[in-house]
Amino acid sequence: MARRRIVAEPSKDQTEPLLVVDDLHTTFRTPSGRVRAVNGVSFELKQGRTLGIVGESGSGKSVLSRTIMGLLPSNNVEVTGSARYRGNELVGAKSSVLRSLWGSELSMIFQDPMTSLNPVMRIGKQITEVLRHHLDMSNDEAEDMAVSLLRSVKIPEPEKRVRQYPHELSGGMRQRVVIAVALACGPHLLFADEPTTALDVTVQAQILDLLDEQQRERFMSMVLVTHDLGVVAGRAHDIAVMYAGRIVEMAPTRTLFQNMRMPYTQALFESIPKLDLPSHTRLTVIPGRPPDLVNPPTGCSFAPRCERAQARCLEEQPPLMEAETPDHRYACFYPVGTPEGDEALAENRRRGYQAAGVPVMIQEKAS
Amino acid sequence: MNNALRKLGQLALVLFLVTLFTALLVSLLPGDPAEVIIPFGDESDREALREELNLDDPLPVRYVAWLGDFVTGDMGNYYRQSITEPVADRVTQAAPVSLLLMLYAQVLALVIAIPLGVITAQRAGSFFDKFTNTTAFGILAIPNFVLALVLSYVVGVELGWLPPQGYVRFSNDIGEHFRSMILPSISLAAGQVAVYMRLLRTDMVATLQEDFILMAKAKGLSNKRVLWRHALRPSSLTLLTVAGLNVGTLVGGALIIEIIFTLPGMGVLIFQAISERQYVAIQSLVALIAVGYVLVNVFVDMLYAALDPRIRSARG
Repeated sequence: MARRRIVAEPSKDQTEPLLVVDDLHTTFRTPSGRVRAVNGVSFELKQGRTLGIVGESGSGKSVLSRTIMGLLPSNNVEVTGSARYRGNELVGAKSSVLRSLWGSELSMIFQDPMTSLNPVMRIGKQITEVLRHHLDMSNDEAEDMAVSLLRSVKIPEPEKRVRQYPHELSGGMRQRVVIAVALACGPHLLFADEPTTALDVTVQAQILDLLDEQQRERFMSMVLVTHDLGVVAGRAHDIAVMYAGRIVEMAPTRTLFQNMRMPYTQALFESIPKLDLPSHTRLTVIPGRPPDLVNPPTGCSFAPRCERAQARCLEEQPPLMEAETPDHRYACFYPVGTPEGDEALAENRRRGYQAAGVPVMIQEKAS
Repeated sequence: MNNALRKLGQLALVLFLVTLFTALLVSLLPGDPAEVIIPFGDESDREALREELNLDDPLPVRYVAWLGDFVTGDMGNYYRQSITEPVADRVTQAAPVSLLLMLYAQVLALVIAIPLGVITAQRAGSFFDKFTNTTAFGILAIPNFVLALVLSYVVGVELGWLPPQGYVRFSNDIGEHFRSMILPSISLAAGQVAVYMRLLRTDMVATLQEDFILMAKAKGLSNKRVLWRHALRPSSLTLLTVAGLNVGTLVGGALIIEIIFTLPGMGVLIFQAISERQYVAIQSLVALIAVGYVLVNVFVDMLYAALDPRIRSARG
């Protein structure tokens, strides 16, 4: 059966970003109320760039990538706002249009390679079906292509692997297969949803390097979703930090690490274990839990956990403000590294607790 | 290999227990079998029959004698007042009828239940889902003999679309054969549809939550392909198991259905054997059905491996 391949029109303006997300909201209707998983997210992604989206579990980062792809179930989900891929609106697009983009223009790599491959289908078949579906390849062509794809993701003995089932491969190998499937039709935009979270630490770097290499070779754009700032540090061009469904800080990677403004970003950064500290040093943690997304706090959603929180933070939602550094935005009234921020922190330390009543440790922290 | 030996051991054990209990039950029936088989003839004829059937021997001796015959392929005789015919002859006549009836019923139930299970799973909670479930359970609540009688009367007698009873052999007239089997097969299949459908629906709903289904969707495959090529096979193991075990229920159901539609199958044969106190025949027939049942389930076991490669490699 021949299939039409609906290719999104390349936009005339070459500087127009590949992906423009504007005020995107995703709300789940649940029995306990409306969960605002994504709450007004905007960003742009240019061809060939990698955007790292970082946040704790429940910050909405995975839902964000699935919302943009249009992969969420249709019932009990409300999506508003806009996500344009090459000028084509994805929010509310017909499922036939989305299906023609999925796998060919937009691809996704899932978190857990142990569960994201079909256990009763041969590896080869799982790759060839996407090739045959989108590129109208013959069976033989698709099989040759599958073998060369497996080779390009550095799977040894690809001719043998295509005849095997997922359970015969290790986790790292399976994730390579998932990557091969995602890259099969040469997508322009790749979402990698925590691609290394379920893997051994030793394999993580290999998989991330592979993604990096493929992204540069193919000049793809990539959205790399992770809870680990360390993962995106050397690999993403830009980083967006998400908290409670919002982007709370966004900047080019170098700027973010040198000049972080948002206390949450700083807290995430400090919770990465440092190798140069003596062993048995206590790990730095962020106290408290992410907010309830059914009844989010009125003010800044990080305020209940923030050392700097003042009365204003509890009442007023800080907007995303431009920093002095270019392309750098953050949402905080008392940002890190500014006189107001330092003053707020010093005051809370004097008082011994912050505006939400959470004790603030007196002992000195590097800040 | 080891596995095959274990299966064989299981088969032997099941047969031993089933036939032993049958022998015990038959021996509990009051009255003298010889009196039932030869109600009016000479006492000397009865004596001869008792002699031949070892009726004067204690139960264990009779059972061992029967078992020895059965495993060597001798199923004993079917006794009538005037004639004595081997049970084996009657079985070769009757078994195909029952096997075909059960096969048609099973296929019919699956052909209806699988698409319904898949569609209701995909639209879980929809009106179609609820309507189908309610209807199927309504039908499940109707005993198959009631359905058989109603169908036979309404479709067979009142409307005259299909024969209300009787059987035509496949070799005689294929068209008539199928016409004669439609109503019995529907009667037998109807109750199974709800069970199979629900089982498949439950497993499908679980499978549709799996990551690999989301990934299949993210590949841009059509809904149809995701459902039938990605979700159905990993969801079908429970259905397969129950369809295998259900052969037992079908045997019991077939017995009643055969009598209502006067199909000359194993059910009618067993019914006659029981009412005529043909205890050798009863034991042989029951043993035969038990063999068939165990073999079907061995086959189902082999199908698992075909459906799921993980089972294949675990057995290595």
